Amino acid sequence: MPRLLPYLLLLPATAFLCLFFLYPFVQVAHDSVMRNGVYTLENFSRMAGHWKFSTAFWNTMLLAAVVVPIQLAMALTMASIVTKLQRGRSSILYIFAIPLGISDLAAGLIWLSVFEQSGFLNSWLVGLGIVDQPILLLGYQNTWVIFIAIVLAEVWRATAIMMVILVAGMGLIPKEYGEAADVFGATRWQKFRRVTLPMLKPSLQTALILRVILAFEVFAVVVALGGTQLPVLMSETYHWQFAMQERGVAAAFAMVILGVSVAFTILILRLLHVPKGARV
Amino acid sequence: MKSLTKWRMTAAAVTVSMMAGPALAEQLFWSTQAKPIEESQKMRDEVLAGFPGGVDYQPSDEGPWLTRMQAELQAGSGRIAVLGGLHGDLSSLGGDLVDLSGIDAAAVGPAMMELGSLGTGEQKYIPWMQATYLMVANRKALEFLPEGADINALTYDQLIDWARATAEATGGPKFGFPAGPQGLKHRFFQGFLLPAYTKSTVTEFRSDAAVVAWEKFRELWQYTNPAATNYSFMQEQLVTEEVWIAFDHVARVADAFNQRPEDFVAFPAPAGPEGRAFMPVVAGIAVPRTTPDMEQSMALVQYMLQPETQIATLRATNFFPVIATELPADMPASVQAAGPAIAAMTGAPDALPALLPMGLGDKGGQFNQVYTDTFERIVLAGQDIREVLDSQAEVLRALMVEANAPCWAPDAASEGPCPVN
Repeated sequence: MPRLLPYLLLLPATAFLCLFFLYPFVQVAHDSVMRNGVYTLENFSRMAGHWKFSTAFWNTMLLAAVVVPIQLAMALTMASIVTKLQRGRSSILYIFAIPLGISDLAAGLIWLSVFEQSGFLNSWLVGLGIVDQPILLLGYQNTWVIFIAIVLAEVWRATAIMMVILVAGMGLIPKEYGEAADVFGATRWQKFRRVTLPMLKPSLQTALILRVILAFEVFAVVVALGGTQLPVLMSETYHWQFAMQERGVAAAFAMVILGVSVAFTILILRLLHVPKGARV
Repeated sequence: MKSLTKWRMTAAAVTVSMMAGPALAEQLFWSTQAKPIEESQKMRDEVLAGFPGGVDYQPSDEGPWLTRMQAELQAGSGRIAVLGGLHGDLSSLGGDLVDLSGIDAAAVGPAMMELGSLGTGEQKYIPWMQATYLMVANRKALEFLPEGADINALTYDQLIDWARATAEATGGPKFGFPAGPQGLKHRFFQGFLLPAYTKSTVTEFRSDAAVVAWEKFRELWQYTNPAATNYSFMQEQLVTEEVWIAFDHVARVADAFNQRPEDFVAFPAPAGPEGRAFMPVVAGIAVPRTTPDMEQSMALVQYMLQPETQIATLRATNFFPVIATELPADMPASVQAAGPAIAAMTGAPDALPALLPMGLGDKGGQFNQVYTDTFERIVLAGQDIREVLDSQAEVLRALMVEANAPCWAPDAASEGPCPVN
């Protein structure tokens, strides 16, 4: 019995994952290669043939490429600050983590109220006399403003999740390494680069994988701020499923998102690989 | 022994009545209409409260609406008692709707009843309410009307001149158009712009006349507020005066009239070379074959056709009755403003009704997307009109063949799928 116990304890979670994750996943994978009862790649060719596909694909990639590095840098800084603090550590941690408690759609709407034509930014600009009348920021003519607004909203909303993981990781690094570096007269920056960063690799791995995957699934913030003006993979998936009633093509989009996520997960695992003997 | 049996029977009866309880108490009215929260609340409190047994009115977006109905149909049993939706929503469920010939709908016009048969011999849905699209202008814009133009008989050229004059006089584009994600822009192209220039929605999609239509629209777009790609309900921008002249669904401009009845005028859609094209909108009610209680569902359909219910529905949703009935004098300002404009449009000598898409089944969304994509490519992305029309025509043709949908007015009737020349 004691030998079986761990497996028994894992059983509910496994059953849950099989039922609500594995089963729908297999179904989606099946739908993506099925059309009118025949196995075919037509769903994929329809997806790739649509004039918005490449825009959506590159928008998603570009968003991830801009958002994730900014978040990584910020999360590392924030985690270092929190770890160094002697007093008020948990208060600061809570304050940093507040955006985590807000749903992504709500976060999108908050930033919409900033950037709208009748939003805070515009009334501020008008109030200061910088512009005569409210300007249209989130219009189709300048999608780069929409892009920047989405980057801001994403950074604001989801940096904390990386920070929380990194704070936990930094707490695991034994003090002795830092003290040894001090003995040899290392500067703060040297200590960060030569001690903290390498020791943090396992947490960095987790944080990056989580963030990158979520970045490819970005949806509600984009829809709230850009509507259909800045298509991303996830919004196109939703559109094909619900507006166009084309489950197969929507499933094909989902498979593309999955493929990209898996590829980047493997890449991150490789790049931040920690040999077994070198783990803390 | 006997008492035990009796006890058991009582227990069974209690159990049965408890199980049947919710089904009897509330009929689920699953609808794509009256989605804004004020409208659905009015539907519950003022329209459906009088139905014996009670109704649970639940509006939803078209996609989830259809998905849940299909799930219940696949499961073979469900909770949805009555479906409410536009003609296009219901036509995708044709085969799974119960024949409603037993309903007394003599008061509804035969042409509209014919729509409800969805091309089958059965009465698949009963018309519930109707509406159309209109133009609305702020009275401040009237002084810029081109000379000699009659607001009740405008042409597209005059509309463009008017929008230009207004833009020049006020220093910014003042025409408004619901081109946002939830906006009904595709209906404007399908039922107004293209038929007015080509007398067709599908067949002449890529004709030279269609190129002219899109050129005209591109011209109009110069005087359209560029924020239009975020507009969904034009009443909002009319009230904030972001736009002075706008096109939208009657129900989506109603608030402007109700808030400031003195400030706005409603008028018919403009005319093109082929006539004053407009799209009448019909919403219907239907009963799915999986209804939990057929009798109650039928009773609810019948209830929706009563004159009092129809008037209450008009007050709640700004959709007009489908039966001929005397409207009370105390109707909201929006109804009083829209009524004459609709009459002027439908009764115009050059009136050209362009019906909602028919027979597309669940391809309705993709059909709309063809027109939305065409708009986004030509007007927003600035691509060449001829090239875009040629490539979108291929998509449209494939779609009509796949759906096997024959033409509907104003396109000439076709044998087999509606052709795209």
